[in-house]
Amino acid sequence: MATLNLSAITKSFGATTVLHGIDLAVADGEMIVIVGASGCGKSTLLRIVAGLEAPTTGHVAIGGREVTRLEPADRDIAMVFQNYALYPHMTVAQNMAYGLKIRGTPKDEIARRVAETAGLLGIGPLLARKPRELSGGQRQRVAMGRAIIREPKLFLFDEPLSNLDAKLRVQMRGEIRRLQQRLGVTSLYVTHDQVEAMTLGDRLVVMHQGRAAQVASPMEVWSRPADTYVAGFIGSPAMNLLAGTLAEGGTAVQLKAGPLLRFTDGPRAGGDGRPLTIGVRPEHMLRDGEAIVTVALDLVEPLGSETVLHGMLSSGEVLTARLPGMVPAVGSAMPLAIPAEALHVFDAESGRRLDA
Amino acid sequence: MDRKVIFKGRALPMLLLLPQLAVTLVFFIWPAAMAVWQSLLQEDAFGLSSTFVGLENFADVLADPAWRGAAANTAVFASSVAVLALGVALFLAVQADKAIRGQRFYRTMLIWPYAVAPAISAVLWLFLFHPSIGLIGRALNAAGVLWDYQLNGSQAMLLVVIASAWKQVSYNFIFFLAGLQSIPKSVLEAAAIDGARPLRRFWTVVFPLLSPTTFFLLVVNLVYAFFDTFGVIHALTKGGPGKATETLIYKVYVDGVDNLNLGSSAAQSVLLMVFVIALTVVQFRFVERRVHY
Repeated sequence: MATLNLSAITKSFGATTVLHGIDLAVADGEMIVIVGASGCGKSTLLRIVAGLEAPTTGHVAIGGREVTRLEPADRDIAMVFQNYALYPHMTVAQNMAYGLKIRGTPKDEIARRVAETAGLLGIGPLLARKPRELSGGQRQRVAMGRAIIREPKLFLFDEPLSNLDAKLRVQMRGEIRRLQQRLGVTSLYVTHDQVEAMTLGDRLVVMHQGRAAQVASPMEVWSRPADTYVAGFIGSPAMNLLAGTLAEGGTAVQLKAGPLLRFTDGPRAGGDGRPLTIGVRPEHMLRDGEAIVTVALDLVEPLGSETVLHGMLSSGEVLTARLPGMVPAVGSAMPLAIPAEALHVFDAESGRRLDA
Repeated sequence: MDRKVIFKGRALPMLLLLPQLAVTLVFFIWPAAMAVWQSLLQEDAFGLSSTFVGLENFADVLADPAWRGAAANTAVFASSVAVLALGVALFLAVQADKAIRGQRFYRTMLIWPYAVAPAISAVLWLFLFHPSIGLIGRALNAAGVLWDYQLNGSQAMLLVVIASAWKQVSYNFIFFLAGLQSIPKSVLEAAAIDGARPLRRFWTVVFPLLSPTTFFLLVVNLVYAFFDTFGVIHALTKGGPGKATETLIYKVYVDGVDNLNLGSSAAQSVLLMVFVIALTVVQFRFVERRVHY
């Protein structure tokens, strides 16, 4: 158990820079989820913490100890890989015992810990099997076991659930969270799945093009996204982003799509005519209200308890709405209301959030 | 992928198989059968008549101290060639796998010796180790080492082992390199995180995962040392000094071609054939079982 500190981590492969200065302080026992689209640098960041890659500049400290130049073996960490990376020629028990054996742990101690960990993960009956005789979910558990058994200072997870089917993924997600809370080990978890990110993390790091777009708790990221990228990335269906300009002395926005919306939380700076991007979550759209836009529907997805509508506004912008209950079929134009109290205001050029 | 092409008639498939079968028949089955027949006959001293003697040739061969000596030479020779060729090739493959720059150049250079004919490779080593004209041979003598493989049997054996292994390293190298590159990087990374240093990683993860390749190559190398090294031995030592480097295959040649003892020579070649068939069977049985994943 330990803290983790990253300061000004950059990484370049030749002329391409994949990380542009990442700073992160992780508290003891905290679970941080690094989330982003593929190619955002999240896996590279994890590999730098693991010591499998060296940062171009910057420092990594685990438990206050500088480890930037240390081999993975000297960092006292454990990692769960996307493809599990079990040793194919060893049994489940040997896979879990490998790290302990290398550290010279006595044999009876190894046997005790293997049995204990296998019990914790429910893989006791599999101990004598080889990895090729296991299902995906079982391999996943063994990979977890191999990480847990060493009682490391830090757990690293590299998209550990992405090779599992949907049902198993939900189940393992819950197990990982319970296990992590029970063991209280500081963890770094990389994923591209926003549901995993929202449910697993104490805090999220949303990465975009080699930068940390936002570092905050899941609810904070959802309710106050730092920029238009985060706004569009977290939440499903994605947030609607509409063009507009500041109006009425900074107290309202004139949408390109028609209506004028007054801010309920106070005026924004910058003077009338400043270009803005307005975000509205699909689930906040209403059937009725003051600021009405007309949507030409092109797709209706009934989900039972709710319906997702996709359509186009008169301004040519696409709009998605998630409404409770059943809604008319495709082809019809439908009036929907944008609630002024649910607006997210961003600067149109920088994409940064503008608060009142 | 299990797509079988099904021919309508019988004529076309027969025709397509014919060249392959003809080659096997003419160059393998027929001579092999002749050897088996010959091994049951005994010629008179002038080669004018032959008598059927049953298994007498085999009994004679197995009881002959000269044959037993050749068998012992072969055991030493074949195991040394296999161990040396495999060891060197594995070491080089591991280095080539690590290399980032110039990997293709390195690989090409290492594959070259395979394209050199046995006799030429023997001459090449002769130029290096000949006591009076060889670079290394002269240097050794100048340094006070009594080096003359034409007089010293152990030195002769060492030389034919080195020359034979050198040719086989390329072949082994290609297979080892392919084997190394098929080991998932993440497995090695997992071992690194588990605390294993490079040497430990090699012996506990890489080497066991290479074992199917190693076993396959061991059999191939033994077969090579038994049968394909005739040219090297013939060009370098002619089985000498004395009979110090006379292997079984070389003795087949000496008894059949030089001594014209056709019955004995045929019996010896049949014994070798039985050995290589047994080796092949063992290989197929084991390789199936020892693949880990």
